[in-house]
Amino acid sequence: MQLTEKHKQYWNINLKISSVLLVLWFVSTFVMGWFARELNEFTFLGPLGFYMSAQGSLIIYVAIIWYYAHYMNNLDKEYGVHEGELD
Amino acid sequence: MAEQQITQGQFFKNLKKYYTFYTGGFILFVIMVGILEQMGVPNKILGYIFLFATIMLYAGIGFMSKTADVGEYYVAGRRVPALFNGMATGADWMSAASFIGMAGTLYLTGYDGLAFVLGWTGGYCLVAILLAPYLRKFGQFTIPDFLGARFGGHLPRFIGVLAAVTCSFTYVIAQIYGVGIITSRFTGLEFQVGVFVGLAGILVCSFLGGMKAVTWTQVAQYIILIFAYMIPVVWLAVKQTGVPVPQVVAYTHSLPKITALENEFNDKTTPKGAAEESVRAIFRERAAAGAAKLKSLDTGGATFLAAEKQKAVDKLAALKAATPAADAKAVDAAEKALKAFPADVVAAKKAWTAESKLGARAAPLMHHAEAFAANGKTPEEIEKNRGIAKKNFLALIACLMIGTAALPHILMRYYTTPSVHEARVSVFWGLFFIFLLYFTAPALGILAKYEVYSNLVGSSFAALPAWVSNWSVVDKTLMNIADINGDGLVQLAEIVIGGDLIVLATPEIAGLPYVISGLVAAGGLAAALSTADGLLLTIANAMSHDLYYKMIDPNASTVRRLAVSKGLLLVVALIAAYVTSLKPGDILFLVGAAFSLAASGFFPALVCGVFWKRANWLGAVLGMSLGLGVCGYYMYMTYPFFGVNAPLWWDIKPISAGTFGIPAGFLGIIIGSLISPMPSKEIQELVDHVRYPNLEGDIDTAGR
Repeated sequence: MQLTEKHKQYWNINLKISSVLLVLWFVSTFVMGWFARELNEFTFLGPLGFYMSAQGSLIIYVAIIWYYAHYMNNLDKEYGVHEGELD
Repeated sequence: MAEQQITQGQFFKNLKKYYTFYTGGFILFVIMVGILEQMGVPNKILGYIFLFATIMLYAGIGFMSKTADVGEYYVAGRRVPALFNGMATGADWMSAASFIGMAGTLYLTGYDGLAFVLGWTGGYCLVAILLAPYLRKFGQFTIPDFLGARFGGHLPRFIGVLAAVTCSFTYVIAQIYGVGIITSRFTGLEFQVGVFVGLAGILVCSFLGGMKAVTWTQVAQYIILIFAYMIPVVWLAVKQTGVPVPQVVAYTHSLPKITALENEFNDKTTPKGAAEESVRAIFRERAAAGAAKLKSLDTGGATFLAAEKQKAVDKLAALKAATPAADAKAVDAAEKALKAFPADVVAAKKAWTAESKLGARAAPLMHHAEAFAANGKTPEEIEKNRGIAKKNFLALIACLMIGTAALPHILMRYYTTPSVHEARVSVFWGLFFIFLLYFTAPALGILAKYEVYSNLVGSSFAALPAWVSNWSVVDKTLMNIADINGDGLVQLAEIVIGGDLIVLATPEIAGLPYVISGLVAAGGLAAALSTADGLLLTIANAMSHDLYYKMIDPNASTVRRLAVSKGLLLVVALIAAYVTSLKPGDILFLVGAAFSLAASGFFPALVCGVFWKRANWLGAVLGMSLGLGVCGYYMYMTYPFFGVNAPLWWDIKPISAGTFGIPAGFLGIIIGSLISPMPSKEIQELVDHVRYPNLEGDIDTAGR
């Protein structure tokens, strides 16, 4: 089994998209949590800090995972590392 | 089985048909029980019908899924479509604590309770991006399998087995506890009996069909639990606001009104605030008196106690002898006080310590949406306590999230999908189905709070709402209400609510018939049973597959392997039920401990195993034992149950022990790997193998 340049490229893109999404995850969890009192000064469906932790961040999480699955499944096909049709 | 001849697409279609049919049948069943209620069947019988009908249903699915095939027993034949694996993950994940406890925790703690909501959902981002697709490509049977193959040798696998068994066992006790509480409350069975009835429900399912049976039962359980959670909350929202979308109206309608009421209760110049203050003043007085008596007890001992008792006797005698006759109520109160007088020094100490703590009920209300609310005597002290609350909030979130991405019973679910592609999509469905409940829980907390603040407070003790009087009779720890200041009206400071009450009582608060209460109980039971199922199977598999087959007898026949697994399942379940019936410790701590242990033991080794080719045997061994060791040590030293009570490190509470265990685990794996040679070429090829969904000339690691 020998990895080609194309394979290495695939892995690098995977690492990049993973890091970007994890940064987004980190910000919507810990940065927003850290500044919750400050965010509560703003109002969106109640105090913003409370809303984000009760609902907003959760929506971001679902979106992150959906985007990752969608992106990677396309990337697999583009780089020819996707699985064959089942059955 | 005939299923094996049909294509995956057809299989998916059939599944959708079965479960649509099943959902319709279940709704019909609920309606029928509702009709029985209208015909006058007593509530207790309705409770039994729900309990036994659902357990029989799970047993039926378990029986239909019985299997003697190793692949089906361990990983459901690897043909569970993403959507259904998502539902099974949802049920596997959401435990009794999520279903019954969470909304109540949010009611009681406001913003700070959201650590659980965030921690138990955000962890799936880590599962999706760092682990699930790679574990699926590796594709054997258990998590220790991956550790064994990736790091080589028996030791990493063995530590993995140890970690999996420890954290799953801690967690399963919390689940069986939940089963016991629900069955005993809704059927009147003893707690201990309830535990074993529930256990029978768990066993009939996983015993015959392993992962295959557990998967299809969990899908059925998810459907029940999500209906059971949503119906009362939506109804409550309609009752309060006329709009059936609790997730929005709670914030736009109820939260601002709660804030206004909180201000009113805290403001002594308003009528409501003055009434609250009169109750709080009594609590402050009692707390001060209790503290003073405690102090005298410490110096005076039994002599002081006797003198105090004499005072109570004299007071009663004086009241009885008074002319004109004293108020009957006062005589009554004095009689009661004498009757309840502590018998000895130990009892007195306990009683007066409780009294001295009443000051907490005199504290002003915190705003529900305020983050890191803190008390203190000076502004500096408040600021300091606020900092501690913030630190613990973030540490708890981190431990819960990383623990989510390391609990073997969840990671195992991604072995069961047909492909890497489906594994990725199934994490999405999993979090989506979990999200449905989790983004409703904070709304329920708010709606329930509004109900208490606006309707219960200010009502007369002579005419309490039915749900209040019902629950205060059933269980004083859930609903305790007493007219402290004797004005005949309810003040907020006179109510003590237990967290579990919120979900259990929502149907009654919303004015729904008892059949919905039965449905909620069935939902709570489904949540607890489904999680317990997944956990018990993880423990039995780790011991039968990893310990017995891989390490002790690699030549064991298929029949023997399954027999060992089933035997262990039975033994572990019985031990777990026995430990639970002893009622050990605090549920929330058990849950937190399981997450911290899993996060410290597994997460660094799993992630480095995929993303760092240099990670090797020594690194894994060092990292896993250091992570588990530091985490366990901190819990042992600081959690009051163990009696050491060492000072906290940086004020981090014992529930977040993973805060120290996780970095220790990473440090161990990095140092251990760098001081020993690179892993072999075969192992580096294995890493490439898991990184690409499909490679030409690829090796095959699928388990058999």
